[in-house]
Amino acid sequence: MGSDTLVKIRGLRFARGNRPIFDGVDLDIPRGKVTAIMGPSGTGKTTLLRLIGGQLHPDQGSIQVDGQEVPELRRSALYALRQRMGMLFQSGALLTDLTVFDNVAFPLREHTDLPESMIRDLVLMKLQAVGLRGARDLQPSELSGGMARRIALARAIALDPMMIMYDEPFTGQDPISKGALLQLIRLLNDALSLTSIIVSHDVEETAAISDYMYVISQGKVIEHGTPEALGKTNSDWVRQFMQGLPDGPVPFHYPAPEYTDDLLNA
Amino acid sequence: MLEWIRQLGRGGFGLFEKLGRSNLFILKTLAGIPSVLGRPQLLIAQLLSVGVLSLLLIGISGLFVGMVLALQGYNTLVDFGAEESLGVVVALSIVRELGPVVTALLFAGRAGSALTAEIGLMKATEQLSGMEMMAVDPIHRVIAPRFLAGVLSMPLLAAIFSAVGIYGGYFVGVGLLGVDDGAFWSQMQSKVDLHEDIYNGVIKSLVFGVVVTWIAVFEGYDTVPTSEGVSRATTRTVVYSAFSVLGLDFVLTALMFGDY
Repeated sequence: MGSDTLVKIRGLRFARGNRPIFDGVDLDIPRGKVTAIMGPSGTGKTTLLRLIGGQLHPDQGSIQVDGQEVPELRRSALYALRQRMGMLFQSGALLTDLTVFDNVAFPLREHTDLPESMIRDLVLMKLQAVGLRGARDLQPSELSGGMARRIALARAIALDPMMIMYDEPFTGQDPISKGALLQLIRLLNDALSLTSIIVSHDVEETAAISDYMYVISQGKVIEHGTPEALGKTNSDWVRQFMQGLPDGPVPFHYPAPEYTDDLLNA
Repeated sequence: MLEWIRQLGRGGFGLFEKLGRSNLFILKTLAGIPSVLGRPQLLIAQLLSVGVLSLLLIGISGLFVGMVLALQGYNTLVDFGAEESLGVVVALSIVRELGPVVTALLFAGRAGSALTAEIGLMKATEQLSGMEMMAVDPIHRVIAPRFLAGVLSMPLLAAIFSAVGIYGGYFVGVGLLGVDDGAFWSQMQSKVDLHEDIYNGVIKSLVFGVVVTWIAVFEGYDTVPTSEGVSRATTRTVVYSAFSVLGLDFVLTALMFGDY
């Protein structure tokens, strides 16, 4: 894919203690597209984002973002790269001692010398983009979960990054906020020529807005392709995951002795 | 038995690992101080919450400590007809010992625990991680201003504690028990030495300021990011601070006033 690939991961291995999280993962995130990384809870999807952002170091393998090898970057280069990456945490991670306005202004004030009047204009533009210009004077504690994520999204695009990573953006959202977030992710990606990476296990929602999907389980990429291709997959596992079937290769029952034996041999 | 030895070894490794981490942490914090000086508004906000908001507690405690000292000192001195020396007794005990030590203990309980809880919760709610991903170093932005504010506040609070304490002693000694006004002050003036007593007291409180704030911000930053983790870290801040202050006080006193 060459320079059309913004993030290129090869042979990624990572373990927490003795528990391997990734065991030889290869991934390509195409530039300008919305790519979803899906998998059951606990497969280390968030860990993958932290590895791409350079917050964690892989045990082995290469992680390239825009041609730069992230694990080998020095601190200043890593921080320069991070200014071009936005990340939306599951909780929003808004700074609780600042108002909504100051939260969105935070990266601008930290990284630019813009005059306050221009910062105000930029912040209002970003807030307008997520539909929360009217909430600028609220404290983070006064926001609903969905609003907090939208504010965090406004903050993530404050510095006009090249890519945004979304960590479980739909978890615990009501249908309206979910719809708003879905639309925002797609619209912002196309309007700002971003590259978006969504980590999620909400299959239906994510499939609706992604261009490409990876399914990860037990440390490996099980399958990848467009949402349509994955919908027609031959793999029982992927079908169970995509359609949310209660039983299949991932059994409904936790391993146990035979039911009748268990009852009768009391 | 073998398991017990193994646990001991693990605990030992854990302790040294933590000590190592805290040393690296303080070095990074110190490296962040120049950037704080370039943005005084960050420091001022912390001086308010760490220092100014501790004033009332320190003032009231100082007053009562001084009053009790005068009461106890008078009862002992009056038997020897030396109640005029009450001013010296109160001033020396407060300036040399009680001012720095009690202020540090109160500061650990009031401001240290708050620092740990605040930083710990910021970690638990991914705010520190979020800052890192926004290419803002949380040690420079969050830790360094709080550390500097703690170090600067402690000697000032201890000085206020001492001053209020001496007035508390004056109020009880001269006002209630009838010690001679002039003797109270003049003996104090002639016996309390600027270098020997006051400077050493300031040095003590500066050392306590560094140690207590270091413990507080490190415990917050190093906390296990859960509610239980934050609560344990807060407790550890108060306990470790108390041990360090009392232990260091002995060492410093031996160095400063020991003629052996």
